[in-house]
Amino acid sequence: MTTVRRPAESDRDPGLQPERTRLAWRRTTLSCAVTAVLAGRQVLHSGGASAALAASLAALVFLVFLWLAHRRMLQLGAPRPVLLPARSALAVVACMVALAVFGAAVVW
Amino acid sequence: MSVFDQLGAGRDAVRLWFAPARVQDEGETPDYRFSLANERTFLAWIRTALALIGGGFAVDQFLTDHLTHWARVALALALLAGGVACTLRAVNHWVRCERAMRRGADLPVSRFPSVLALLVAVIAVAMVLVVLFGWAG
Repeated sequence: MTTVRRPAESDRDPGLQPERTRLAWRRTTLSCAVTAVLAGRQVLHSGGASAALAASLAALVFLVFLWLAHRRMLQLGAPRPVLLPARSALAVVACMVALAVFGAAVVW
Repeated sequence: MSVFDQLGAGRDAVRLWFAPARVQDEGETPDYRFSLANERTFLAWIRTALALIGGGFAVDQFLTDHLTHWARVALALALLAGGVACTLRAVNHWVRCERAMRRGADLPVSRFPSVLALLVAVIAVAMVLVVLFGWAG
């Protein structure tokens, strides 16, 4: 559980924007988990050492995403959260592209 | 807009991805709530991309009774490519929206959602036909 810091009354945010954004990150992490599991399932069918390596690659992508999301969720605890660092956005993109390239390589 | 203008805009956008601080050079910082809404839109597109990529995996794993090997590979690759396109579009749109908000300009519009919707509809209809008529290999 992340602790939710309560902003000062003058900073009251009627839209609960940081909360909603935090939940969006959580939803996305869940989707990423499902996709990573599907990717792992794909290679484990074939078996062998290379399959184990590929499965750990999928797990690694998920862990990187989890870490990115966790860091961002901590940032969102501030009363006035900073803009999403573009580096994080690019890292998310890199995770997705890695999954897709991985998938293309396996399917092929 | 001419082709050259579009190319220039594209190059400018790609440069922005890698030099994000440039976004903050101009205009004024918008209300943080708008930036967070923009971030949620970005994440929603990322989830769409994840769904497409997951769909690519699923096609290859679960349609073994319905499709020939090559049809499965083609469909899976199309879905994976769609996922990558969605991801790239997500980050591009995020940066452009952020910049537009700082400048106080109109938000960018695009036909990407319509294209994606049509593509998904075509794939869905194709799959229904394949399953209904049992066009297995």
